[in-house]
Amino acid sequence: MTAALLPLLAVATKVDLGVFLVCAAIVLTGAFGVVFLRNPVHSALSLVMTLFGVAVLFVAQEAHFLAAVQVIVYSGAIVVLFLFVIMLLGVDREEAVEVEGLKGQRPLAFGVGALMLLLVLLLARANDWATGQTGARGLASGPGENVEKLGRSIFTDFLLPFEVTAVLLVIAVVGAVVLARRPPQLRDEGDDQ
Amino acid sequence: MTVDGSWYLILAAVLFSIGAIGLLIRRNVLVMFMCVELMLNAVNLTFVTFARMLDDIGGQVVVFFVLVVAAAEVVVGLGIIVSIFRRRTGDQGTTADDLHLLKG
Repeated sequence: MTAALLPLLAVATKVDLGVFLVCAAIVLTGAFGVVFLRNPVHSALSLVMTLFGVAVLFVAQEAHFLAAVQVIVYSGAIVVLFLFVIMLLGVDREEAVEVEGLKGQRPLAFGVGALMLLLVLLLARANDWATGQTGARGLASGPGENVEKLGRSIFTDFLLPFEVTAVLLVIAVVGAVVLARRPPQLRDEGDDQ
Repeated sequence: MTVDGSWYLILAAVLFSIGAIGLLIRRNVLVMFMCVELMLNAVNLTFVTFARMLDDIGGQVVVFFVLVVAAAEVVVGLGIIVSIFRRRTGDQGTTADDLHLLKG
């Protein structure tokens, strides 16, 4: 039985590795696109690419619900909101990327970013990546669907934070309405034109 | 469960660094915002990886909350950006320098 399963396992390993490598390439290409493309619309589309890559990596790690939410909320709602603002404001012209706001800011930014990456990796490596109690808030593996376990955890252990996020969303909606409302003096100027 | 978790963590760290560098070198407010989203996604990937490595559903719950906070943050942030654009007079692309226009 086990001997018959071994070749299958080897194939599964190769598939997993292939999925990881392809998705990592997609994620990093999209991220570089966001940072280095000059047109904001192109940056937003690159962001979609990164988000889809991350969603596939979620599936590969058996976070099925989060992968679906990632696609629906991030790619479906947030990026569309970005594109909507870009179109609404007509800012889809290209930025003069070669103009440096502060002298020497860019090399410094790359240096700081690289240093941060190095330190984070060293720190993680020194701590064996992940240590601690397993399954402190309930097991992620085992019988049952991912959605079921996630829902059970949210509505028992994390009920209060869940309720607080409802308040947060209401505040965000009210804040968005207040910010987007045209103030009276600007509205008068708009009427004059 | 075959690709080692450390690979995912390295990928997430690289993604976070790219987002941080983008936030520092770009001056278009919208693109800076997208770089913040990149950093949030890197953190989400880290949490999901920890959830798998430690076999703990709590990591995925945190990602759920991060998604909610990110959605709220984007709504308010884009509202602020729209109000900057409304007060702006020049025809240059809006940069982070224009934030002073919001001074009351």
